[in-house]
Amino acid sequence: MAEEILRLENVCKAYNVGQTSETEVLHDINLHLEKGEFLALIGPSGSGKSTLLNIVGLLDRPTSGKLFIKDQDTAHLTDAAITSLRGHRIGFVFQYHHLITAFTALENVMMPMLVDRGFPSDEIKARATMLMEQVGLEKYSNNLAGNMSGGQQQRVAVARALAMSPSLVLADEPTGNLDTKSADGVFELMRKVNSDSATSFLLVTHNLDLAQRCDRIIEVVDGRITA
Amino acid sequence: MNNWLPFEWIASVRFLRDGRMQTLFIVSGIAIGVGVIVFMSAMLAGLEANFIKRVLTSQSQIQLLPLDQVARTLRNGKGEFEDAILQRPAQRVLSIDQWPKIRDRMLAMPEVTAVSPTMAGSALAIRGDASRAVTVTGIEPASYFKIVRVPDYLVAGDGRLTSEDVIIGIQLADDLGATLGDKININNAQGIGRVLTITGLIDLGSKGANQRVSFVALRTAQSLLGMIGGVTTIELTVQDIYAAEIIARQISASNQVKAESWIKTNAQFFTAVQAQESSNTLIRVFVGMSVAFGIAAVLVVSVIQRSKDIGILRAMGTRRGQVLRIFLLQGGLLAFIGSLLGSALGAGALTYWHSMARQADGTELFPLILDRNLFVITAMIATVTGLLAATLPALRAARLDPVEAIRG
Repeated sequence: MAEEILRLENVCKAYNVGQTSETEVLHDINLHLEKGEFLALIGPSGSGKSTLLNIVGLLDRPTSGKLFIKDQDTAHLTDAAITSLRGHRIGFVFQYHHLITAFTALENVMMPMLVDRGFPSDEIKARATMLMEQVGLEKYSNNLAGNMSGGQQQRVAVARALAMSPSLVLADEPTGNLDTKSADGVFELMRKVNSDSATSFLLVTHNLDLAQRCDRIIEVVDGRITA
Repeated sequence: MNNWLPFEWIASVRFLRDGRMQTLFIVSGIAIGVGVIVFMSAMLAGLEANFIKRVLTSQSQIQLLPLDQVARTLRNGKGEFEDAILQRPAQRVLSIDQWPKIRDRMLAMPEVTAVSPTMAGSALAIRGDASRAVTVTGIEPASYFKIVRVPDYLVAGDGRLTSEDVIIGIQLADDLGATLGDKININNAQGIGRVLTITGLIDLGSKGANQRVSFVALRTAQSLLGMIGGVTTIELTVQDIYAAEIIARQISASNQVKAESWIKTNAQFFTAVQAQESSNTLIRVFVGMSVAFGIAAVLVVSVIQRSKDIGILRAMGTRRGQVLRIFLLQGGLLAFIGSLLGSALGAGALTYWHSMARQADGTELFPLILDRNLFVITAMIATVTGLLAATLPALRAARLDPVEAIRG
């Protein structure tokens, strides 16, 4: 049996709990993801995909239900432990790439390792360089992040998400802002990383073509998994 | 990236460098603020030092005088008094009792650096038809010139002071129509006089003083004022000028003399210095506060501008403490760099002002005192202020919810 990376049990998320304006965004979500799996999460805008992704990424906590990362229950973890778990186990690729413009592309890739270790080192630099090569951007290493094209920035974001060798990469519409060619390139890159390193991916997308090229598709409608 | 620099330091410097204009403006603001503080503090220190120097080179720091004469009620018998209303007696010019002994005792005190007995009294200076009331001060030049630098005030003559010589103020010389080498008559109240040769003309910087001042040898004054062997004052200088009042009290307590320190006799000067220091402190506090608010404002804006970066950093595992330190460091760095530039600015402005501001006679208005401690303390206080000012924005940054921050 394949190793389980992620499991959600009856996860609910509501905002403004206890107030008249209480809104339940996610209802009884049950989901699991295995090592090396590439999962697509689709659904209309406002269906709760991003909220679900934030909960899976430990950026937000569910109102009820349980979330396991590699069999570890995250419900009672402290804020510091959650931060550490997030840093070590989960990589993020966002729609708006969110590179830190004050740093070069290579430094952006180094950043998660730098945050973890506290000081830069040749080892960190070597790994970042290797990741830049992996995403095919080694010659842009010293470019400031802001001076690169959207597709290039998203590739750097993928490299950065892989910096800590996470078990799971969460990608929130990573190709949403890219032209078809660039989008295809970024998707193929993630697919290649997925097959090479058995890193699991959870991809939120509106692009059904891309979704169909994933291992499995989950659809969220009105805060519920329908397929 | 330097391998020996911690992550927080690297991020702070990059954020500051990335927001160049913002950083430039706030550093300039801090530099101007610190420059004003340095300029004011150093100039005030210079003016104060100059004033003290002027006061202390024209007078002694402690004067020992005979005890005041007091009238006592007549006693008729035990417990019975007559003439209960006492009239304060006129103070006769008296010699200090046992003055050589007291002088020797003063010389033996480690705090005392110079001792000089003097004899002062009123007399009439006469030359031809002209006559003027003068203060005759009899001095021992060797010891007295260590306390009051009379030779520094000489505008003519060599200041020689044998028993036949006199040094007078330039205004007095003008009034008497006398000049260097002329002879004048100095008469006491009883009309007994001496003929003395003018060997020096001095300018004390005050017309009133120049009209009345005259220095003669101690023995000459003693014979002129009819107090052979006596002295009316013992002048002292001490090592620590600010300890003068305490030393004066000690001397009064242990000797039969009245000791007056320069601090007591120049109380107004001290009040003025204190008032100036209070206003200076107030200005420093307000300038410091405006610098602090400036730093805080820039960092608050920076936190808003960087919220996405903070969110992404938090998403990749950056701890709240690390975010807090990144913004605290920015505050500290801004203030430290601003204070270095401000110190240079203040010192430069003061040097320029010092070279431009001259007295009527062309001498410096105040001595240029650029104390290293002033710069070190200013930089330290500024850095701490920067850190404090950055606290609230840094806490705000550390508390940012990563989801909200990324969403913007």
